[in-house]
Amino acid sequence: MTAVELPAPHRSSLDVVLRARELGIVLALGILVLVTTISNPRFLSGQSIRDILLNTAILAVLAVGQAVVVITRNIDLSVGSVLGLSAFTVGTLLQNDNLPVVLALLVGAGVGVVCGAVNGVIVRYGNVPALVVTLGTLYVYRGITYFWAGGQQINADELPAGFLDFGNATLLGVPYLVVIALLVLVITGVVLRNYRVGRELYAMGSSPQAARLAGIAVGRRTIGAFTVSGALAGLAGVLFAARFGTIDAAAGTGYELNVVAAVVVGGVAVFGGSGTVWGAALGALLLTTIGSALAVLEINQFWQQAIVGGLILLAIGADRLVAVRVAASLKKRGSHVSN
Amino acid sequence: MADALPLLRVREVSKSFGAVAAVRDVSFDLYGGEAHALVGENGAGKSTIVKMLAGVHRPDTGSIELDGTGQDLGTPADAKAAGIAVIYQEPTLFPDLSVAENIAMGRQPLGRFKTIDRAAMVRQAAQLFARLGVSIDPNRPARGLSIADQQLVEIAKALSADARVVVMDEPTAALTGVEVERLFAVARSLRDDGAALMFISHRFEEITALCERVTIMRDGRHVSTDLLTDITVDEMVRKMVGRDLGALFPKQDVAAGAVALKVRGLSRDPVFKDVSFDVRAGEIVALAGLVGSGRSEVVQSIFGVDPRDTGTVEVVGKTLKPGSPKQAMAAGVALVPEDRRQQGLLMELSIERNVTLPRSRSLSQLGFLTGNRERREAKEWTQKLKTKYGRLSDNVGTLSGGNQQKVVLAKWLATNPKVLIVDEPTRGIDVGTKAEVHRLMSSLAADGVAVLMVSSELPEVLGMADRVLVMREGRLVAELDRSEATEESVMFAATGQEATL
Repeated sequence: MTAVELPAPHRSSLDVVLRARELGIVLALGILVLVTTISNPRFLSGQSIRDILLNTAILAVLAVGQAVVVITRNIDLSVGSVLGLSAFTVGTLLQNDNLPVVLALLVGAGVGVVCGAVNGVIVRYGNVPALVVTLGTLYVYRGITYFWAGGQQINADELPAGFLDFGNATLLGVPYLVVIALLVLVITGVVLRNYRVGRELYAMGSSPQAARLAGIAVGRRTIGAFTVSGALAGLAGVLFAARFGTIDAAAGTGYELNVVAAVVVGGVAVFGGSGTVWGAALGALLLTTIGSALAVLEINQFWQQAIVGGLILLAIGADRLVAVRVAASLKKRGSHVSN
Repeated sequence: MADALPLLRVREVSKSFGAVAAVRDVSFDLYGGEAHALVGENGAGKSTIVKMLAGVHRPDTGSIELDGTGQDLGTPADAKAAGIAVIYQEPTLFPDLSVAENIAMGRQPLGRFKTIDRAAMVRQAAQLFARLGVSIDPNRPARGLSIADQQLVEIAKALSADARVVVMDEPTAALTGVEVERLFAVARSLRDDGAALMFISHRFEEITALCERVTIMRDGRHVSTDLLTDITVDEMVRKMVGRDLGALFPKQDVAAGAVALKVRGLSRDPVFKDVSFDVRAGEIVALAGLVGSGRSEVVQSIFGVDPRDTGTVEVVGKTLKPGSPKQAMAAGVALVPEDRRQQGLLMELSIERNVTLPRSRSLSQLGFLTGNRERREAKEWTQKLKTKYGRLSDNVGTLSGGNQQKVVLAKWLATNPKVLIVDEPTRGIDVGTKAEVHRLMSSLAADGVAVLMVSSELPEVLGMADRVLVMREGRLVAELDRSEATEESVMFAATGQEATL
């Protein structure tokens, strides 16, 4: 056996394609903004952009958590309910005490950690598909919130002014909510890409059996992924409370579908193993922007659902097409025996 | 070359799954710098041994020692940490991740703040491939690699983990000749670097080409461990099977009865053309020829799963419509297909469901399947065929290859066929089960069933058939009587030229 020349490391075609995948969302976003602005220049006003970013922040935090779970070939449908429970918990606490904002954020995340860990433990030890487990806990968590609230609603005037300020204040012109969402995004993105734990999540989603044989603690990582998703949903609950000020037991109902849509449109494969949280966050931005654009363009809001649905199908179709292309090109690049 | 002290000792390990004892009191030693073959029939317990070394199963009793210290291999991570690498027949890679990442998973080189140093990771992979003498791009995803390349990635994985014991479970099953050569070159260099190699294969020529020592297992027990210089292939086979191989082709002489299957002018452009033959009750007729000569297509067309352009098929005087397996089954035709995993079995269903599937209609009462009748029938047939299984409700996928083939046979024999068509009935199953399948075919023929057998194995064709039909390029080119059929005459007809045998 003789030594062969080391092949020069270069970007693989898949990497390029994935990049292009996120580029596609950015492009769609650009076209959408352009068309809307031409039709109504007010779309690019400071207030309009601020609204879009604030709404995106909440959805993006949820989408990042969801992406972590979907990458491991699971799904978390309970995030809307966790958001509601967390928002109501924090709201109730703030009615009585003027907690510092940081503490409120921690309490909300803590509620989410508990809910997420419960999801993870049931998925892990019950050996039940995550779809079913989190569909169940979706109703359980929501039911708990309804039972607790008993029809009561928390209004903005009952909340401390400091907390409501946090929902609107900015840091160097950037709303705090957006800063928090960016922090979550960057930290999660770096962990998923550059740390062993993150790569193991991708490995689990790519081939659960191989992950087990490779000695990855699949059970522990599954619980971990759900806990992260829960924690971020809890955090999003606090952001929700700060942004809207009015919290009832129905807060966040139906959010889970928006979140899953953002993740899928953002290019995270539903069968796990590929996709990035950057994509998921971009997906959240795109969906939120569509909502605002339709309002500005005076298109019936009911169309929004159909458009989001079409986007999901388009995203899945594009992924499928790319996958087929990539598979074909990879087959051709077999190895050769060197002499 | 080999060290004096064993690197890994397997001592009196046993493992049971429910009531089935898969491995009983097996002991053997692996030496550094030596390749050690593990052979045995399907279901002899080889895979269980592999899984114990891999940390997938923990032995019930007994111990595994590495360098004289006992190892508790409770999880795959333990085995990996102990320096044991296992390469499975079906490689276990992560298709979405890059090749470099597949190799480094769990041991990625770390840079600042414990982040993964990707450049170093790719460099390591490239160095490993250079050492193995193969050029696979470390940056490409594992998806789309050929099985052979996937195995090389697995070996690179073992190298990167500094594995001292490398276990290869039937790595050559899906490889071509050239690929096997390359794998062996790599395996030899691993061995020469001091690793202990354990190699599992059904192919004796590979074992003799690669290994120094061989351990033979039968029915979960250790039979013998010998140097390969001290044992012949015949002796190995005898020890594996536990009986003489004279009985491999137990053909009984049967007086042929009336014509059971009559095929006239069967054509399907461009696969086969103008095929005509008869099979009589009590006869075994072999359909021989090279792979791709149209044999499987002919029998599938007879059964009705493939269409036909022209021609007629009669079963006991009744003409079959083309393209209707249902009618063929009703007329008494059974087809045991070539690819049991894809066409013969529903791997996710239980053994009993698989056995009774073609007759679910006749077994049902008022349209409902009652478990009892299914179970009774399934039990009867699996016992007749001496199938080894834990419970009838187990998934068929959990059985060994030979036993799966028996389930396929049971499934069709239970329909009481008049004409039994078998396509490569013994491919990929071990010597002992082969003999049982042959005995079964022979006794079926003796009971008056007409058997049509497609086979690529010349000894099987010559040993079992009353008549040999030879196909070449879609045409029936020769019909040889048992007395005329020799390796030369069949090969001559199949290739159209004088065979050099």
